[in-house]
Amino acid sequence: MKAEYNFSPDLFTVAAKEDRNKEKIHRPSIRYWPDVWRRLKMNHLAMTGLGLIILFSILAFVGTEINGFKYFEQNYELINVHPDSVHWFGTDELGRDLFTRVWYGTRYSLFIGVMAAFIDFAIGVLYGGIAGVTSRRIDSVMMRIAEVIYSIPYLLVVILISVVFSSAGQGSSLFVMIFAMTLTSWVPMAILVRGQVLQLKESEYALASESLGADKSWILRKHIIPNTLGPILVNVTLSIPRAIFAEATLSFLGLGIQAPRSSLGALANDGLAGLPVGNAYQILIPAIFISLTMFAFNVLGDGLRDALDPRLRK
Amino acid sequence: MKKYLLKRLVMAVVTIWAIITITFLLMHSVPGNPFRAENKMPKVVYENLLKKYGLDRPLSEQYFIYLGKIVRGDFGDSMKSRVETVNDMIERGFPVSAHIGLQALIIALCFGPALGAVAALNQNKWPDYFSMILAILGISVPSFIMGTVFIQFIARNVSWLPIGGWGEFRHSLLPSLALAFLPMAQIARLMRSSMLEVLNQDYIKTAKSKGISKATVVLRHAVRNAILPVVSILGTVASNLLVGSFVIEKIFGIPGLGMFFVMSISNRDYPLIMGTTIFYAIVLITLLLLVDLAYMMIDPRIKLTKEGR
Amino acid sequence: MENVLEVRDLKISFQTFFGEVEAVRGISFNVGKKETVAIVGESGCGKSVTASGIMQLLPMPPAFFKGGEIIFNGENLLKKSEKEMQGIRGNKISMVFQDPMTSLNPTMKIGKQIVEGLVKHHKMSRDQAENKAIEMLKLVAVPQPEKRINQYPHEFSGGMRQRVMIALAMACNPQLLIADEPTTALDVTVQAQILELMKKLQDQLEMSIILITHDLGIVADMSDRVVVMYAGQIVETGLTDEIFANPKHPYTRKLLASVPRLDMSKDEPLYSIDGTPPDLYIPPKGCSFYDRCTEAMKVCKEHLPELDEHSATHLSRCWLNHPMANKANSMGGGEK
Repeated sequence: MKAEYNFSPDLFTVAAKEDRNKEKIHRPSIRYWPDVWRRLKMNHLAMTGLGLIILFSILAFVGTEINGFKYFEQNYELINVHPDSVHWFGTDELGRDLFTRVWYGTRYSLFIGVMAAFIDFAIGVLYGGIAGVTSRRIDSVMMRIAEVIYSIPYLLVVILISVVFSSAGQGSSLFVMIFAMTLTSWVPMAILVRGQVLQLKESEYALASESLGADKSWILRKHIIPNTLGPILVNVTLSIPRAIFAEATLSFLGLGIQAPRSSLGALANDGLAGLPVGNAYQILIPAIFISLTMFAFNVLGDGLRDALDPRLRK
Repeated sequence: MKKYLLKRLVMAVVTIWAIITITFLLMHSVPGNPFRAENKMPKVVYENLLKKYGLDRPLSEQYFIYLGKIVRGDFGDSMKSRVETVNDMIERGFPVSAHIGLQALIIALCFGPALGAVAALNQNKWPDYFSMILAILGISVPSFIMGTVFIQFIARNVSWLPIGGWGEFRHSLLPSLALAFLPMAQIARLMRSSMLEVLNQDYIKTAKSKGISKATVVLRHAVRNAILPVVSILGTVASNLLVGSFVIEKIFGIPGLGMFFVMSISNRDYPLIMGTTIFYAIVLITLLLLVDLAYMMIDPRIKLTKEGR
Repeated sequence: MENVLEVRDLKISFQTFFGEVEAVRGISFNVGKKETVAIVGESGCGKSVTASGIMQLLPMPPAFFKGGEIIFNGENLLKKSEKEMQGIRGNKISMVFQDPMTSLNPTMKIGKQIVEGLVKHHKMSRDQAENKAIEMLKLVAVPQPEKRINQYPHEFSGGMRQRVMIALAMACNPQLLIADEPTTALDVTVQAQILELMKKLQDQLEMSIILITHDLGIVADMSDRVVVMYAGQIVETGLTDEIFANPKHPYTRKLLASVPRLDMSKDEPLYSIDGTPPDLYIPPKGCSFYDRCTEAMKVCKEHLPELDEHSATHLSRCWLNHPMANKANSMGGGEK
């Protein structure tokens, strides 16, 4: 039948069993986190965001020292100087150097964003974790409470709290602001964590672990937390820009940081006065930096979400 | 279904009550009271003022009086403005705010879903990148910056579009555009991901296997399903519009409720802050309820599961 | 017999991040008029890709046709424009999918979903099409069709939904129905009803069926001919009787052995085929079943066997068919 081939009879003897591999895995196996990182690296937008965040974080500390001015240093002879070689971003109506003030403000904005995200994370994981692990009744009560808290409009609460506590004359309202921001914003994190915990609690490996005698806190630490890490990470990344946004709005409404300290939002608020008199740079420069910071966190969060989703794995 | 509705209604009332209580307690926990600031006041006048605003009574009594007033739709008096009550200000400012808000909502609802759908249909091609960069900008650039940029680069160059003020349609155009950016971006992003998910569903393959045209598959089968999650976030969208309006009205100098609210904050006019906060909360929670109802009406699956309870 | 469909040397690949996956690697088969051809194989063997490929419903990219022809009524479907394909889909060739729970649009009344194809292909008015939809639902034995057409999919049970899917697929009286695991997601009792219904409609409407399945019980019950696929290739094809009575390829034999039978004793373990199919990122050079085959010979590793004819209808792709194989094995091979 196959005259064209000239096989030796030896070829038609039984192949060695060792030569065959029934369970051969042909593709290199890919571990989860390195793979997430690999996919994140392929996402140019997300990497741009990460780069910007690193750059801004560094400049938030060194940027204030670069051109030799202090953020509170006023110079009445050089007010409203447009950007030039001495004052790279110009000066404000009190003659303060805007370049230095922008990085000083970035420091505040980033600090508030990161702190708020961290507190959201801590409360959310704790509350959601407890709700997910305890009995059904306590869980449902806890979730009702969370729902009521969450349907209170976020910024309305922030504004209200800031009004009340900043009038007490405490000077810096930084911690008041963080407190106000995190008062309701931990709820999505808690709901997320609870959902993941419930899902995982029913899954087989947690059951296996429980049947081996592990207690609940062990299951929480060893199984549930590592598996919920991905979505939580995304949520944290995206709650940073939300806090920065809230702070900026608050400062813009005059409820934020008190001068001479400043945040990016407060700088924009100060700059608004310069707009009608032809000093638009005073608001545009802080505006650009707020937007870039928010942009960076948003694209990084998006990129992380895409990279973490195994369904999008190529 | 009726049971579910009732439950939602009760939850809404509880939430509003919680907000009233929290607001009341917060406002009364402020050290001193608003009149202390004006320290040159004769003692008699001061005491008369306290009496007038009921501040001399025990806190619990004040609370129930206030609750009763709210139930009757009376949001109290302003401390700084001796002529207008909070209700007057709401009556004057809310229609203006609602006008801008609605206009912004319409803009967001016209362009948001379209941008998202076009992006999803051209995944990883230039329309996708274009819409998503626009959307990322929309959620990254706060509305007060958007407003400023509009004033600086559009209103200053186009004489027909005013920098601020209120009265004609042209006054409302730029503010509502600036306000619309964030919700438009949010809707576009949600629409894109929900559209991508829907396009992978089996029933889209079924629709294609019928031989109907691509446009019909997209419009009749994909968009109809993908838009459902968009409807469900309209409550959040409304909430964002509302907060955005504080800022936008400040920048454009529009006499809306948002501006009164911002003014009440800087004047520390507590009854006005309290009244407007509660009014906003009621509006928002009502909106959330309405959105939920609308969602139930357009998704045929929900009705059954609720009826089945 | 006149062929409705001829698939010739069809090759379909997917472009992925890791490289090209050759999902279908040169398959050929015919479907005659009123004939039922079953394509069987494990999941991932390329049978569903073949089915969607015929309809050109694969997402392109990443999928692409690497070669071959799909001849339907004498015309090559791969040469047709998208517009022309739309005229064929749902009209001349229809498809029923695996999961009736997800293959109907949840927000559209089922009447409307059936009517869509009729309005497009048969230029019917709404009323005509609606009457036809009711008629189709009657045909697939959905009770109270006049009422049911105004209901949504979630108001139907799984079996009823698959009936609706069949009504939808058959509304335009197609010549060829591709059923991609039509009963896999259904209860066993419902499975039998659906299969019975398909057989009945096939007789009434005189159409051909390509039945994609991994269930050999269904194959024996339904099909005239069988195509056995493994790793994107046809390893054996023949009349159903030939395949069941005289399987030539070790894979076919193992598939048949893995069907539980009534005459098995309770203690006898169920038979299963060890191992997993090869990854088609790097298709094996020789026989793709080599790694899992208990009868493998040295030749199988490096050389791909061709399809050998056992009869006019029965072909298989195995080196055991080679004259030298018998000689070598009789010389005293044997695995153990």
